[in-house]
Amino acid sequence: MKVSSIERGANYVVLIVFALVVLGPIGVIITLAFGPKDASAAREGGLFHPENFPEAWEVGRFGQYMLTSLVVAAIVVVVSVLASILAGYALGTMRFRGATAVFYLFLLGIMVPTEAFIVPLYFDLRELGLTNTVWGVALPQIAMSIAFGTYWMRTYFRTSSRALIEAARLDGATSMRILWQILVPIGRPAILTLVLLVFMWTWNEFLIPLVMSPNGDVRTAPLGLAFFQGQYTQGTALLAAGAVLVALPVVALYIFLQRHFIKGMVEGAVRE
Amino acid sequence: MADSTTTVGRGANRRSARSAWVAWAYLAPALLLYGGFLLFPLGRAAQYSLFDWDGLGESTFVGLDNYLEILFDERLREAFWHALVLVFFFAVLPLVIGLLLAALLTRSHVRGVGFFRSVIFLPQVIAMVVVAVTWRQIYAPDGPLNGFLRLVGLGDLARPWLGDYTFTLPAVGLIGTWVCTGLVTVLLMAGMSRVPREQYEAARLDGAGPVREFFAITLPTVRGEITVALTLTIVAALKTFDLVYVTTSGGPGTSTTVPSYEIYRRAFQLGDVGVATAVGIVLTIVVFAINAVVNVIGDRK
Repeated sequence: MKVSSIERGANYVVLIVFALVVLGPIGVIITLAFGPKDASAAREGGLFHPENFPEAWEVGRFGQYMLTSLVVAAIVVVVSVLASILAGYALGTMRFRGATAVFYLFLLGIMVPTEAFIVPLYFDLRELGLTNTVWGVALPQIAMSIAFGTYWMRTYFRTSSRALIEAARLDGATSMRILWQILVPIGRPAILTLVLLVFMWTWNEFLIPLVMSPNGDVRTAPLGLAFFQGQYTQGTALLAAGAVLVALPVVALYIFLQRHFIKGMVEGAVRE
Repeated sequence: MADSTTTVGRGANRRSARSAWVAWAYLAPALLLYGGFLLFPLGRAAQYSLFDWDGLGESTFVGLDNYLEILFDERLREAFWHALVLVFFFAVLPLVIGLLLAALLTRSHVRGVGFFRSVIFLPQVIAMVVVAVTWRQIYAPDGPLNGFLRLVGLGDLARPWLGDYTFTLPAVGLIGTWVCTGLVTVLLMAGMSRVPREQYEAARLDGAGPVREFFAITLPTVRGEITVALTLTIVAALKTFDLVYVTTSGGPGTSTTVPSYEIYRRAFQLGDVGVATAVGIVLTIVVFAINAVVNVIGDRK
């Protein structure tokens, strides 16, 4: 469409201004992270202090917290994506009584606020001795991810080729074989998107690890950062470096695979 | 003939019974995990909400008293009110900005839209705790925001943004605007790209200006996207926890407390599990009700 060059110019200005508004705060935290960590570091001079990162890693124990995050995220991703593929396969390709009801049951879970079910779950898991364990932190997140994941995988399986499934069935392939040898390989992009989203949600989750590990045994990276902010009050450079470290894994994935993130969060939001 | 039909019928029945069994077997792991760690505890929340319990000792049945407390406890009423204020900053403001941005970008083909899209979406993937830590620095008394205000001669406006009874809630809300605008804009851009070019050309031949064009063509097309965007951002506003926990802990005073924060505080700091779960149930009902309302309005032609 043809628009005047003035309008085009104005559009560029708007674009640049909004991009700067978004990037500004990110620039602030990165600048702080590389700044001098205290008065003596400032006196010694130098504008660039990458040594803040290994120091935050040590002092703030971010190495340990990020390892915990990685373990929790790996468990949540593997278990919930596998369960979602199986359930989405049933809901997307098979006809049976109760299918619609089950589908709506999963849909419900996408909207239930975490804070509504996490309180009783904490006390029940405490009875079972699961609080302060990796499983106590992972299981509620597995349940939440399955609600979205089943919805997501069902959408994929519904669009997958009926003819292909029918042909394989006539060849005598079992439903397991059709799933793992035909549909899953073709569906790799959809599955990768789901893996990335679940990884991001789990890595960034705050309330569940906060509630499920009151003694701090299973402290994930975001919790470690909040805790560090409360404990370490001298100077902001190490805190900022910690913040950058916590955000880095997901942001790095986003930079390389942003299509998946945007597609997943935009298409995953579209209602039935 | 009749005989063979029955056989076929019976065989088909047997097959469908078998395939139903297979389907439930595939569903089983997901149903067990989802049921056991989300649906069941949600039901337990409804049960807990009828009891007075400190989390350790004996519990007593109190009927709907915990729900009445939500009505009469000033702090809890305030929390729900704050959540509504946050809805403005998380949902309404991003929608207005997003509509303008997306309409501008769709009207004229400017280069670098793809890059711009990636940039404004970025806050969505950063952990809320990191966002909160960052903005706490920005809002600090000696932070960049006040520094900037003093630099441009607006030093009178400088204040401790997160320590002020009037400005803290809007300051926290604006962080939500910063996070949500990208998601809303990207959603709307996807919707607006569906409008056929000819429709704009035709409108222009009829002498429609950009404003009429926006209200006559663009807005009706993205109805569905607006509904989705509002649903997502309203729910995000109502569920805000990490942001408040890290930036203000509900303070100063009670000026930024929200339902999620009250649930956490009551259940794990004050040992008032009954009221905490009742707030959780009410919050769930509010989330579902708002969703229903937004969708009903969105679907009406």
